[in-house]
Amino acid sequence: MEVFKSDVAIVGAGGAGLRAAIAAVEADPSLTVALISKVYPMRSHTVAAEGGAAGVVRDDDSLDFHFHDTVAGGDWLCDQNVVEYFVAHCASSLTQLEHWGCPWSRKPDGHINVRAFGGMKVERTWFAADRSGFHMLHTLFQTSIKYPSIRRFDEYFCTDLVVEDGRCQGVVAIEVATGRFTFIQAKAVILGTGGAGRIYRENTNGGIVTGDGMSMAYRQGAPLRDMEFMQFHPTCMPGTGLLFTEACRGEGGFLLNKDGYRFLQDYGLGPAEEQPRNKFMELGPRDRLSQAIWHEERKGRTINTPYGGAVHLDLRHLGRKKLHDRLPLICELAEEYMGIDPAQECIPVRPGIHYTMGGIYANLETETPLPGLYAAGECASNGIHGANRLGSNSLVDIIVFGKLAGEQAAQYARSVQNSEPASLAKLAADAEQRALTVVNRTDGSEKHSVLRREMSQSMESGCGIYRTADEMQSTCDRLAELRERYRNLNIEDKSSVWSSDWLGALEVGYLLEVAEAVAHSALNRKESRGAHQRLDGYEQRDDANYLRHTLAYHTPDGPPRIEYQDVVITRSQPGTRAYGAAGVVEDEQRQQEPAHD
Amino acid sequence: MTDGNKIIEMEVLRYRPEQDQEPFYQSYEVPFADDWSVLQGLRYIKDDLDSSLSFRWSCRMAICGSCGMMINGVPKLGCRTFLRNYYPGKLRVDALEHFPIERDLVVVVDDFMNKLAQIKPYLIPKQVRRLEQGEYLQTPQQLEHYRQFSTCINCMLCYAACPQYGMNSGFTGPGILALMHRYNVDSRDGGREERMELGHADEGVWGCTAVAYCSEVCPKEVDPANAINQNKMGSAIDYFLRFIRPRGATE
Repeated sequence: MEVFKSDVAIVGAGGAGLRAAIAAVEADPSLTVALISKVYPMRSHTVAAEGGAAGVVRDDDSLDFHFHDTVAGGDWLCDQNVVEYFVAHCASSLTQLEHWGCPWSRKPDGHINVRAFGGMKVERTWFAADRSGFHMLHTLFQTSIKYPSIRRFDEYFCTDLVVEDGRCQGVVAIEVATGRFTFIQAKAVILGTGGAGRIYRENTNGGIVTGDGMSMAYRQGAPLRDMEFMQFHPTCMPGTGLLFTEACRGEGGFLLNKDGYRFLQDYGLGPAEEQPRNKFMELGPRDRLSQAIWHEERKGRTINTPYGGAVHLDLRHLGRKKLHDRLPLICELAEEYMGIDPAQECIPVRPGIHYTMGGIYANLETETPLPGLYAAGECASNGIHGANRLGSNSLVDIIVFGKLAGEQAAQYARSVQNSEPASLAKLAADAEQRALTVVNRTDGSEKHSVLRREMSQSMESGCGIYRTADEMQSTCDRLAELRERYRNLNIEDKSSVWSSDWLGALEVGYLLEVAEAVAHSALNRKESRGAHQRLDGYEQRDDANYLRHTLAYHTPDGPPRIEYQDVVITRSQPGTRAYGAAGVVEDEQRQQEPAHD
Repeated sequence: MTDGNKIIEMEVLRYRPEQDQEPFYQSYEVPFADDWSVLQGLRYIKDDLDSSLSFRWSCRMAICGSCGMMINGVPKLGCRTFLRNYYPGKLRVDALEHFPIERDLVVVVDDFMNKLAQIKPYLIPKQVRRLEQGEYLQTPQQLEHYRQFSTCINCMLCYAACPQYGMNSGFTGPGILALMHRYNVDSRDGGREERMELGHADEGVWGCTAVAYCSEVCPKEVDPANAINQNKMGSAIDYFLRFIRPRGATE
């Protein structure tokens, strides 16, 4: 097997991975950084993020407001020490991208412009039209070309982490073009592999979002944390699940039921006013909006589509010019994919899976419990998103913590040496065999596309917007059955060059493991909080028992072992999470309380 | 969701270097719904009919740039092209023109990636600014100078459309020249002279024979032909300035 010796290996070349790579080589230009991705960097799913990235810039805003919006938005399941670090580093991280050329939208005076976003008290979302993730990704990728010590491995598919002497010391990857294996040795490894939205059927995620890094870390003993919190975005295209950004509502869009009524006022988000008001109505948080649409559907007040009930996203009153200036991609999606002119007609939308709030447990320094392994971005659970992520916090998460991961890993890499080459080579060869076993079996009968479809349907029915123990249990049972059937896989295509049949099978293996962590974490959380809502006697938040993170540990042959971990609280004691007029009352009461320091 | 009523025939280019002497077409019957893209048709083939078919895809929403392919001979994104527009006729899907085929619809893109790296596609600041000084000021009008050229998704449809690139792959090509222009006309950038060393060459803007098919097939209205044309102007002016400016002097 080919061996490439690096100091820091980074898996994933989206926003987090690219930012980490640049930070690592800036910290120490003598380091060799291997940047490994199963796709070319500009195909990474950061590209699809639309609305923008949060960073406090306005005079009437404060880090404290951003902190409280994030912690309350996360239903107090955030680690507040990490949120404090996060909000303090958002604006400078975004300015750094500006210095690298990111075309942020501007005010007439040339300063950065910001827009409103759901759950945010003050406008603080930096945006590049509605292609914010696209521009961030291309800026980072193109900037990374400046640094010769970043050695890219484009279209290399990682199959395993190599762990020896209790430390992560590299990764094994398949070169997609040839099917050949490479062992990329490293003194520190950073995972920036994104989420796992593809465990569900109707979702906003690209086909590549298959939980690879989560599963690789999990198999090596690192816990997956808070996996039950899967974010449903309220405004997705029926059927395909493609995203209509929250910025549609930030710019003033309405949500209407089939009677043309702004139904969110019936769900504690009112009163309904003509002008958008932060944290009211359509600018409420995603979990609450998705839940309200779920209720409207059950009340028979949604529009029928072949893909289930939908509500209307009404952008007509924004006018054609504003739509084309601020939301060009949304116009393109509506026009090209649905034949709808958003200046004249409402767009039918329904909730779809969007974001994995849980992930590989990583602390404030981006370290996972496995020494030498760091995680940043959607694949990580660093504690900033809690039980419900606020829109525009993730695009800045990837650069704040991507940078930190690069610096931390660079520092660690300088402090350690790799184990004996022979012992690492043995582990790499074992990993190669494991991946080859999947394709070389000749007696199997299952198709991985069938398993994937059954998994995603089961996740949708058992771990949706509202959940019951019976339904979650049947999903857990189905996933256990699929895990068994996965052992009996038949890969028809035995070739080596671009064998997407084989790599697709490996992805289904990743997805199944992550899905089990989600379903069991959900089943075990007997309360309702943020994106985890139950209908079977656990409808309330239960801080006495569940103001704790879920930790799911991999076991060799069974479902995950579930443990819990305390939430870090620094200055915001759990309170009532309220929006609309009730939120204003709650805010006033909170301001009268003494600060918790 | 398919209603099962409509079935379209998709003829797809196949080539597996380990077993096929040369490329050939394989035909598939694909049931589809009116909102199905060509990409959804290909995914149906892969999941339900023939798992050996390989193609690149990810976002499904015309932003990641993975699924460029020839659809009835025209360079298009598979995810933004709809089966209903070809029904009841059949549809032929080929790998992107002018690139070597790696397998099936997957092409080798090394040439594009290498050219991208060569043109210094990053901001070379006119004035270096420290983070504490905040952002560079850039008015909406200044942003507008380069905005459209910054929206290139690197899908390479323009390369498949460009007859010049087809004849001479040494030509830098439309997408990369548009990207070079994007940085050259950014008010924050001072790297134009460095970049134009490549741009002036025969492989640069002067390689273009102004067919403009690149702009026609661009799914993002980047208009690379316009970028190249503006650079021909700039390049010509630079050329004449060389004679009237003392050696070594800057602007």
